[in-house]
Amino acid sequence: MDAQQTLRTEVEQLVRVHGRGRTALMPILQDLNRAHSYISEDAMLAVSDALNVPRAEVYGVATFYSYFSVKPRGTYVIRVCRTISCAKQPDYHPAIAALFDELGIGFGETTSDGIFSLEQTNCAGMCDQGPSMMVNEDVYIHLTEASVRTILNECRHAALAAKKAQ
Amino acid sequence: MDSELIAVSIDGKEVKVSPGTTVLEAARAVGIHIPTLCHHDDLCSEALYSQTSSTPHQGEHSHQHEESAMLSTPSSCRLCLVEVEGLPKLHASCALPIHNAMTVRTTSTAIRHARRDILELMMSEHYGDCFACARNGTCELQKLCADYGVTSERFGRPHEPLFEKAEAGNIIVRDQNKCILCRRCVRMCALYQGVYALTTEGRGDHSRIATFMGREMQDAACINCGQCINRCPTGALSERDDTEAVWHAIEDPDKLVVIQTAPAPRAAIGEAFGCEPGTPLTFQMNTALKRIGFDKVFDTNFSADLTIMEEGSELISRLYKALVLKDNSAALPQFTSCSPGWIKFIEHFYPQYLPNLSSAKSPQQMMGAVLKTYFAEKNGWDPSKIVSVSLMPCTAKKFEAGRPEMDSSGYRDVDYAITTREMARMFKQAGVDVPKLDKTDFDSPFGTPTGSGVIFGATGGVMEAALRTVLEIVTGEKVESMFDHADIKPVRGFDGVRMAEVKIEKVGPVPEILSHLVADFEWLKGATLRVGLAHGTVNAIRVMKDIEEGGPLSKCHFIEFMACPGGCLGGGGQPIPTDQDIRAARAKALYSEDAAYVVRKSHENEDVLRIYREFFKEGPCSHKSHELLHTHYKERV
Amino acid sequence: MDPKTVRGFVGNKLSFSEVAPKDGIRMAAEMAPEDVVAIIGASGLRGRGGAGFPTGKKWEFARSQEGTPKYTICNADEGEPGTFKDRLILTDFPELVFAGMAIAGRAVGAEFGILYLRAEYGWLRDHLEAALERCRGANLLGKAILGNKEFNFDIAIRMGSGAYICGEETALLESLEGRRGDARNRIPFPVQAGYLGKPTTVNNVETLAWVPCVLVKGPSWFAAMGTRKAPGAWLFSVSGDCKRPGIYEYPFGTSLRQILSDVGAENAKAVQVGGASGTCVPPAQFDRTLSPGDLATGGSIIVFGPGQDMFAVAENFQHFFADESCGQCIPCRVGNQRLLEAIGRMRKDGLDTDGERNVRQLAQTMTVASKCGLGQMSARAFLAILNNFSGELPGRA
Repeated sequence: MDAQQTLRTEVEQLVRVHGRGRTALMPILQDLNRAHSYISEDAMLAVSDALNVPRAEVYGVATFYSYFSVKPRGTYVIRVCRTISCAKQPDYHPAIAALFDELGIGFGETTSDGIFSLEQTNCAGMCDQGPSMMVNEDVYIHLTEASVRTILNECRHAALAAKKAQ
Repeated sequence: MDSELIAVSIDGKEVKVSPGTTVLEAARAVGIHIPTLCHHDDLCSEALYSQTSSTPHQGEHSHQHEESAMLSTPSSCRLCLVEVEGLPKLHASCALPIHNAMTVRTTSTAIRHARRDILELMMSEHYGDCFACARNGTCELQKLCADYGVTSERFGRPHEPLFEKAEAGNIIVRDQNKCILCRRCVRMCALYQGVYALTTEGRGDHSRIATFMGREMQDAACINCGQCINRCPTGALSERDDTEAVWHAIEDPDKLVVIQTAPAPRAAIGEAFGCEPGTPLTFQMNTALKRIGFDKVFDTNFSADLTIMEEGSELISRLYKALVLKDNSAALPQFTSCSPGWIKFIEHFYPQYLPNLSSAKSPQQMMGAVLKTYFAEKNGWDPSKIVSVSLMPCTAKKFEAGRPEMDSSGYRDVDYAITTREMARMFKQAGVDVPKLDKTDFDSPFGTPTGSGVIFGATGGVMEAALRTVLEIVTGEKVESMFDHADIKPVRGFDGVRMAEVKIEKVGPVPEILSHLVADFEWLKGATLRVGLAHGTVNAIRVMKDIEEGGPLSKCHFIEFMACPGGCLGGGGQPIPTDQDIRAARAKALYSEDAAYVVRKSHENEDVLRIYREFFKEGPCSHKSHELLHTHYKERV
Repeated sequence: MDPKTVRGFVGNKLSFSEVAPKDGIRMAAEMAPEDVVAIIGASGLRGRGGAGFPTGKKWEFARSQEGTPKYTICNADEGEPGTFKDRLILTDFPELVFAGMAIAGRAVGAEFGILYLRAEYGWLRDHLEAALERCRGANLLGKAILGNKEFNFDIAIRMGSGAYICGEETALLESLEGRRGDARNRIPFPVQAGYLGKPTTVNNVETLAWVPCVLVKGPSWFAAMGTRKAPGAWLFSVSGDCKRPGIYEYPFGTSLRQILSDVGAENAKAVQVGGASGTCVPPAQFDRTLSPGDLATGGSIIVFGPGQDMFAVAENFQHFFADESCGQCIPCRVGNQRLLEAIGRMRKDGLDTDGERNVRQLAQTMTVASKCGLGQMSARAFLAILNNFSGELPGRA
């Protein structure tokens, strides 16, 4: 099966879970986005055909929400909260410096090994326990320079282990 | 339901409206003009319902759902703000339906300031000078800035482009530096055309109008109909400007520059010169075209008649194959092929139905092919020196003219397709005030058109012309004996999808010109000829869905499709603005022109008969006519 | 991950801990739906999402609608900067929220509810699904709830995907329907034509959590907590420069000074009440009270200590709005961008009289002309900071 066919099969499976109406669009895009770290052009075309939603509409939706991406991203998408309660914590800037240093990339970029993408997010709802960041679905609080390095190392190990297992 | 009227006071004027009328509409009814850049009369709910009562896309319900949300005005420009007594803040009158008595003010210092601020905010991300813009003079934003005295740059102006203008290769040219994101284009493309080529991409300060994956228009599933251009309030959308190339050809002494003019532009170009919509300027325009340097001015109506001969013969031949020979390869219903927007639409969205398309080229291309062969031969002209220009109401005609396969004579059938708007601009550049000119006839040999050609410009026109010819040929009777004055009224009108049928009570002998196709018409005796019509491609979707479901349209023999609402007279290349009233006025002009012709049937056109005697000697749908006058189609993604 | 690990600090005893969700549902099951509406109406409970619309009234409208089916939606798209009370409620009291939804469904005649959870709280999803299963197992959800054959209600959790605007109820509905989160026109209202065009109530997490409490303990218990004009209590999310950030419950009418003292922020230089779309209060006004008539709030308090650069705060907020605007209407999309740039300029070069007049006029237009609450509120914090702290701008000492 070629890549496009695989995607179509995957989308059909998602349709069985979420239904074929327009209301299934968000859940299906969310699952695709989680599984692949982004929503590819082929994925959008497959969704467009499966749900009978025009492809431009699918694209419009996929580009509206900040958790979606239509460009490839790393296995781990890191979203650092940039809103005021987090951004004014004393540990905020050291934690970010550690991210830049460990990953060697800036916001909006993906590491060359494809493991990490670094983004900023608006209020993650952890204002009482900032600085905070999300790694995929999980949230990390009270960030410090040291804790950032630990978190990244854990992710890196997990990613390498997963690669090996393949 | 006869619901009670509600009394509203607008700027002290009392007006009674039915419930649900918006404040904007109510104000207009009493002559109070509230400015807006996102509302468009074509896109208000009433017009939409009448045009596209039910519009499923590719056979599913989900789109109806989508449309129900899109039907409501976006109220995004926020210029139509008004004050309502007893309510805080300002309210967008386009999105304020009247359900209770209310007192409204449409002007106050607060409203004026807010409107001026909003205009200045638009200008704060607007790059480009008015004088260098295709919409200079017809720009709605420009007009409002003048009205509201926007002279300062309180919120700044970009000093360099924020976006690259995507010109090369595109027929629909977008300049996002002038886009205000009103979304009229998105809604038009979706709701009238069912194409959904455009969407809003991104969010917040990153939002913009885009195609799927942000592609160039030429790479998108776009049919080039240009309806988006005609709804754009600014210069963010325009057609590729071919006027420079045409000027260049005109000024080249080695070239014979000929122009053919389609019916719809002559009923509309006056609007660009201050005339009321529906003012026909056919013969004044001929004078103008000669004055700016065209060597010959021909009437596309001639090739429209030629199209009817080819397409009508093809229909008879298909019917014979299908009904008598039981040949499954003769796909029915036959679809018309003269609207290039429709052609690209079916190539993209319904490729499985390509065999149903008539293989006849459109009148534009037929005229082009004949000009560089028959006409050139007859007059001893070198076809390589002929520059073939067409004046069309249509942006998709530029794409059609550029199709690689349109060169079977060895030369491009049509070198440049110019829209009504471009031609108006050329006239103005040359200082030609068209309405004031004397009248000039078309040049021969393609100068004696029929009324049938003229009505090609309106939805139902091709069908009416085809019926006039097919019915007379098959029955041997005058069509006037079936329809008063040969006006086939059942196919006229503006309903999105229409059907009509005619019973063939008796048949006549096969005329000489068709004798190579069928031996007799006995097999048609007692048959009922069923025809369908659709305009605005969203209605084509309704037709296709009905055919797929085996509904009444699947029983039709011949269906006319026009990509644009109203047919060519509402084309994407016509003067701006265009709305339902303006389309109706243009239609009236075309039908009254038809009524004035002595010869009103394509098969009675002397020039057409001559070309079959002198050039396409084997008759319609023969080898030579296939080579020059017919074409083929391809599936597109 | 286990939500308890990021639960955070709770500063005082919460009323929610005193009520068993089942008791609320039982009462609703035994009552006529219109009586449920009447009790909620009598309690004076108002929406906790920020707009403060009377809950009973909203339900009454929805109940009187003829269209069916009807829907009950819990707005858990908590995105207002500085607000995290819904996070705690969903962590500690998910069954109470589901009970509130079921009661709402009973009251308005809806049998299906959706909890719209913001993407940033994705880690709460398994926890919530487990709670839903417990409720179904105990017949607190499902068919013939607690034996009443006419009481059927179930809930699905649907996720957001990162868009603050989807906390605005019409944008939330758009998102649920598989579209961009563009705010709709406010007429018709969601109670008339909401999810899939059907009558829909959209209530905030906290509002719904109060519902079973009001039923169980009675409207007078609820009303006695606040003032006569503003009955009830409220959960506050407190963050910023204070010793004890976290969640606190206060009755309406509590003074800001009282709260600041409780959280250890007596030396505050300013307090942002109501999140980014709220207002910034200077020390001179710390005796103001938190209630609809005075400091209306979405339940968020961000404390700014003496060292804080207030125009940096304004810039942070404006950047938030420029990014989170749905992009539909001009005053919000373009206005926020221009205001953001203007704040950047004034932080560097100060603000002259002409410049000040321009930004004030711009802020005014954004407030009166924007399509939805996001745009209408997006210049509020900046204006408050400009009014109270303009001395911090260069050349203005």
